[in-house]
Amino acid sequence: MQSFFDTRRYPWLVWVGFALIAVSLAVLPFALAQVGTTWVRITNYAILYVLLALGLNIVVGFAGLLDLGYIAFYAVGAYTYALLASPQFDLHLPFWVILPIGAAVAALFGVLLGAPTLKLRGDYLAIVTLGFGEIVRIFLNNLSRPVNITNGPQGITRIDSFKLDGFDFGHYGSLFGLEVSGPIRYYYLLLAVALGIIVVNLRLQNSRVGRAWEAIREDEIAARAMGIDTRNLKLLAFAMGASFGGVAGGMFSAIQGFISPESFVLVESIMVVSMVVLGGMGNIWGVILGALLLSFVPEILRWTVEPLQQALFGRMLVEPEVIRMLLFGLALVLIMLFRPAGLLPSAVRKRELAERAA
Amino acid sequence: MDTFLQQLINGLTAGSVYAVVALGYTMVYGIIQLINFAHGEVVMIGAMVAFTVINALAPSGLPPLAVVLIGTGCAVPVCMLVGYSMERLAYRPLRGAPRLAPLITAIGVSIILQHLALMIWSRNIMAFPQIIESRTYFIAGAAITTVQIAILGICVLLMGALALLVYRTPLGTAMRATAQNPQVAGLMGIDVNRVIAATFVIGAALGAVAGVLFGTYYGIAQYTMGSVLGLKAFSAAVLGGIGNIPGAMLGGVLLGLVEALGAGYIGDLTDLCQYGWLSGLIDACAGGGHFILFGSNYQDVFAFVVLILVLVIRPSGLLGERVGERA
Repeated sequence: MQSFFDTRRYPWLVWVGFALIAVSLAVLPFALAQVGTTWVRITNYAILYVLLALGLNIVVGFAGLLDLGYIAFYAVGAYTYALLASPQFDLHLPFWVILPIGAAVAALFGVLLGAPTLKLRGDYLAIVTLGFGEIVRIFLNNLSRPVNITNGPQGITRIDSFKLDGFDFGHYGSLFGLEVSGPIRYYYLLLAVALGIIVVNLRLQNSRVGRAWEAIREDEIAARAMGIDTRNLKLLAFAMGASFGGVAGGMFSAIQGFISPESFVLVESIMVVSMVVLGGMGNIWGVILGALLLSFVPEILRWTVEPLQQALFGRMLVEPEVIRMLLFGLALVLIMLFRPAGLLPSAVRKRELAERAA
Repeated sequence: MDTFLQQLINGLTAGSVYAVVALGYTMVYGIIQLINFAHGEVVMIGAMVAFTVINALAPSGLPPLAVVLIGTGCAVPVCMLVGYSMERLAYRPLRGAPRLAPLITAIGVSIILQHLALMIWSRNIMAFPQIIESRTYFIAGAAITTVQIAILGICVLLMGALALLVYRTPLGTAMRATAQNPQVAGLMGIDVNRVIAATFVIGAALGAVAGVLFGTYYGIAQYTMGSVLGLKAFSAAVLGGIGNIPGAMLGGVLLGLVEALGAGYIGDLTDLCQYGWLSGLIDACAGGGHFILFGSNYQDVFAFVVLILVLVIRPSGLLGERVGERA
């Protein structure tokens, strides 16, 4: 086995591997559609969580700033899209105009949050970001009076789907002779965006900026002594993380066609944090794994736990949603107790957590 | 009715409950520098247990006061047990780990507690049975109910008892010693682990009573009540200076007042129609109309704004001493 997969002896194996992954990713939605279109949707949401987790990973994993209000940026992106492409204000801008606007607005919010909190220590920062997230949600809930902007708790409906030159991502149709449903079209779009963001993340990690973030995370005072502009770089981390969240939010808005403040509660922020922590803070592949695990496992549970309980007790004892949340909680606690660096730890983080400071 | 006095009374009542909850945060933080994120959920569990018992006993014909006391009496040990177990199982193994680890664990514990409560008590809102006949007194045009008076009294008593415990008993001395320096306290013969466990248990007991008071005041309890209450109490603890016991009391009362007065006046203050030059520009103002930018539904924002302002302007809080950064 070892010798067969020796990529040093057979460099072309790497390309075979890439090809295999690419083909399976391309075929995946059609395979899932055989089981049910629901699973394509679930996969789409999982990819959205991957985007969110990668964005949060910049703030938490790279720069070491624990952000518990990350969902606020997702909300900002989602509402930006919804307001500019729905009957709410009767604006219908194309998505490729709005997504950059959403990213920019989210980045602005990121700086707004980051600027006053630069000097705060880790755990205080966590609480402030949490408060910030709640403030954003309260505003979304209440900005329906005196001027109706967000339509309050009812949320915004009939949001436009993505359209590109007559090609509507939300509609059923055929592509190259294949029957392609709306979720499948979105799947490819999401996959493309996710790949783009993964590449950006990978390039970022080993860039000058990425190394500076790592230095700040390890020891801020030493980093400053080395001539790193800690203030601007921390703000940059906030802004970049936020802009990823904003893009993901815009896509969420379009895919769902409907948004309300309900989708942006504190639990969602904690969910994204769980994904980053579970997978391994700072390791891009780990974070992706964490996001996929915590998106799919609860869904699989949902499909197995319910019939199982029906069969065993004749009725539903525990809702799948509760089990999902208990899983999140347990994952956080157990990971911190037994594998504090996550499932796929980043090399640096592993070293850092191994030496337990007194 | 006099808005100012009324909101003052409401704010004092809510604030004194915040203060008791804030004590739980501040004691734990003072001793092991951990933000015990799950404390709000302990408060929620206290309220839920007490409400279950009170609802079960309400038709029994026992005197209402006895019913409430029995309910509280059941809630306190349950919460103490929860507090002890979470310290023992989740936080103690992580002592000495990097700061973020226990904080993330605390978030996990709070999610677990909240959803266990959801499993036990379902999503339904539990109502406080109509057993107490609350009388209303009027002072200078403002109403104060017997429930409010009782809540204020109980909170003052609890805070007094805690102050006595911390400043006048051997356990309190041990707690303060551990807070100053756990290693040296250990060398002086103090069982540091027991002191820390005791701190969690005492904080949880206070939280249980606070949960009952809070539930009684608003008449309802639900599995979600812990997170916002916990955050507000944490803000109160930070406002007073986290780790500082008198600070938590002061912070709680101040936060309650800010919230009540803020909610009472924000509508009037942000009514753009009262500003002459603006009212001409807004159609809604014509004929004595109102154009209220922020109404009292923004009440929950105040706690967070206070929290952010304090942390930005004076992170050590009102009464806290400036402590050096502990890595």
